[in-house]
Amino acid sequence: MDDYIGTTRGADPHRGSDQAFTSATPQGPAHRAGWEQPESRKGFFTDTSICIGCKACEVACKEWNGVPQDGIYELLGSSYDNTGALGASTWRHVAFIEQRKPLGGQTTGVTIGVPETSVGADVVLGELSADFDGSAGTDHSALDLFGSLKPAKAPDKPLVDLGMPAFDLPSASPEAGERTDFRWLMASNVCKHCTNAGCLDVCPTGALFRTEFGTVVVQDDVCNGCGYCVAGCPFGVIDRRIGDKNKPKDDIANKNHGVAQKCTLCYDRLGEGLTPACAQACPTQSIQFGDVDELRERAQKRVETLQAAGVMGAQLYAEDPEGGVGGAGAFFLLLDEPEVYGFPPDPVVTTADLPRMWKNAGFAALGLVAAAATAFVAGRK
Amino acid sequence: MSPDADGARSDDRDVDYQLGQQESGSKAANPERSDGDRLADAAIRAVPGTEGQGSASATARRTGGGGRGRRDGKKGGGRRRKGRAEEMMVPDATFTSYYGRQVVKATPWEADIPFYLFAGGLAGGSTLLAAGADLSGRPHLRRNSRIVAAAGITTSLLALVHDLGRPERFYNMLRVFKPTSPMSVGTWILSAYGPFAILASGTEVMKLLPWRFGVVSDLVDLSARPAGLVAAAFAPAVASYTAVLLTDTSTPAWHDAHRELPFVFVGSAAAASGGLGMALAPLAESGPARALAVIGATVELVVEHRMEGSMGLSAEALHLGTPGRLMRASKILTAAGAAGALLLGRRSRAGAVVSGLALVAGSVCTRFGVFEAGQESARDPRYTVIPQRERLDAKRAAQAAGREPAVPPTSVRPGPPADSAQTTDPTSTQETTS
Repeated sequence: MDDYIGTTRGADPHRGSDQAFTSATPQGPAHRAGWEQPESRKGFFTDTSICIGCKACEVACKEWNGVPQDGIYELLGSSYDNTGALGASTWRHVAFIEQRKPLGGQTTGVTIGVPETSVGADVVLGELSADFDGSAGTDHSALDLFGSLKPAKAPDKPLVDLGMPAFDLPSASPEAGERTDFRWLMASNVCKHCTNAGCLDVCPTGALFRTEFGTVVVQDDVCNGCGYCVAGCPFGVIDRRIGDKNKPKDDIANKNHGVAQKCTLCYDRLGEGLTPACAQACPTQSIQFGDVDELRERAQKRVETLQAAGVMGAQLYAEDPEGGVGGAGAFFLLLDEPEVYGFPPDPVVTTADLPRMWKNAGFAALGLVAAAATAFVAGRK
Repeated sequence: MSPDADGARSDDRDVDYQLGQQESGSKAANPERSDGDRLADAAIRAVPGTEGQGSASATARRTGGGGRGRRDGKKGGGRRRKGRAEEMMVPDATFTSYYGRQVVKATPWEADIPFYLFAGGLAGGSTLLAAGADLSGRPHLRRNSRIVAAAGITTSLLALVHDLGRPERFYNMLRVFKPTSPMSVGTWILSAYGPFAILASGTEVMKLLPWRFGVVSDLVDLSARPAGLVAAAFAPAVASYTAVLLTDTSTPAWHDAHRELPFVFVGSAAAASGGLGMALAPLAESGPARALAVIGATVELVVEHRMEGSMGLSAEALHLGTPGRLMRASKILTAAGAAGALLLGRRSRAGAVVSGLALVAGSVCTRFGVFEAGQESARDPRYTVIPQRERLDAKRAAQAAGREPAVPPTSVRPGPPADSAQTTDPTSTQETTS
């Protein structure tokens, strides 16, 4: 089971020059694919510990890449997720996980009860008197920005709760009680741009190719939609796009219909020296774009920081060059086990077993010849 | 059997929508769903990250085998009958997933592909039969087998092109030759095999026609034997590479079968081509076809049984639901066909026809069963998560044992199961939370 790392690599005479299989080579996947002077390998480090689930990445990706609508975006009943999974028309997917787990070792800075100086707690607003005309003697210090918009309070009537949202901190109300163990995990998923990419290995048309940035991209005008890459991907990223027959052919819904589609790491933007749209749009730098080598160091420091701070379960995912996909170009810092986020726990590129498969198929073919020969000898009677 | 992707997608959403409800509520709201039930069960068992969730067998056992944890109420008959054997096979593992959603994607392939698996195998086996019949002087067996091979490979190619997302671009397959892509290798095998198989059948077809085409007919007649032999050289590859086509994927039930599936597939090809050969040829000539059919059926049955033992968890997909029914039908038809070929094949033409057709039907069921089992195993996250989780835990355990002193004693721990005391370790919470 472990021999897919290392021992079967590099020694396979079947492997073509564009195949990503010798992850140990220092030049990286682009060089292996035949680029004589590749750019530095580019990728994403997605730090899910600071993801706020805003989905700006999903939107920016769709806008920049002209990705058609995927479903009708209704909530799926799984927290705030409304896209479900990566697919042909969802190249960034934000996962939402609600857990009864404590935020290990973290403090929010919130104390239980009403803070003395809390805004809105005891500041009287809206004393908008009739003599508010700038005349002397009126104390306007109680007015704030909203004061003029609020009706004067009638002191003799009891206040009625209209159920409007308060400006108080959630913990300020006396009923708030103790904080419960609860955390909300959010993570923006994306194509991993694997070093050993299953989709690329199994593509029979050469539509999937390794770019000079070490990323994996589909050529829309070459792919004939055989669908092999869909099953080739160990992460379930790539899919075949299905158009809408009710719409005209040039409608965006039918763009690249029947063709395998996935994240391109904004190949067009990279060529111009720009940051991919999702990373550009991310407001918290949860999605970090850069040279993979540098991102790896950054990720290592970050996970060590979190672990030292007592954030339980903090771990890097798909980053290890010794892993089953040879280290992904897009890797993640997770706060729980990979499968919690919908990732496979220990993905291995399927072509790692391919030499053995061809060998078995060869034996089987010889067996068929032997069986046929035997049949004619035995069936002579 | 393969819903179009739109259907699958909306179905997914329905199921997910029910996650927030009580389990009994979702069941009651959905009394008629069958495929949905299964997904909903899986989904309810697998709320993300909160707690460990029982596998089907574990849940079933916990609830006394009642409806609650069973994966599929309507399709559970066969499973319950053979419950013991399967429970032994299924590790009593628990797993976590993201709202029960699948991890890897099932291929968008539809019935075209399992049909091709069958027809390609039938063509490959028939070409070998035809070559042998040609060399050993069995004109009827040769004629039938050549025509079957040509028809099989032609319909295969049409099915393959039809299944593409962009059929008009099929020729892009011929841009490259990639040994890492079994589909590319297969394209070139078929490109080499197809024309010769069709050419070899030309002479047989023309003999059936009432008129001749002069010198063209002469040339076709002359080239029949060489073409048939060249086709026979590629035929074994046609029959066996399709196994690699399936196993070189991340689809659990296909990839896990990669040791044995090529032998199952060539066995199935031999059984189908031998079966059809003995059904169509007169008794005097069908001896080799019978022998090939019996050998093929035996290999298929024996190796398939071994395959189920070596696949691990995903072997379960071969026993449940539609794929389970197909595989059971395949075993019965193949065994009955082989027995019929042995006992009746030599004596009675009717017996030969019936057993031969049973073998053909068995081969069809094998191909569709294996295909559908793979698709099911991709749609259910347990087949992806549980084996990988076990592998990962084993790796981590080995790592921890290897460098014990490197682990810092206090809060700085090597990430992963750091909060296992909380709930990450599913087994620890299995009993307490459910």
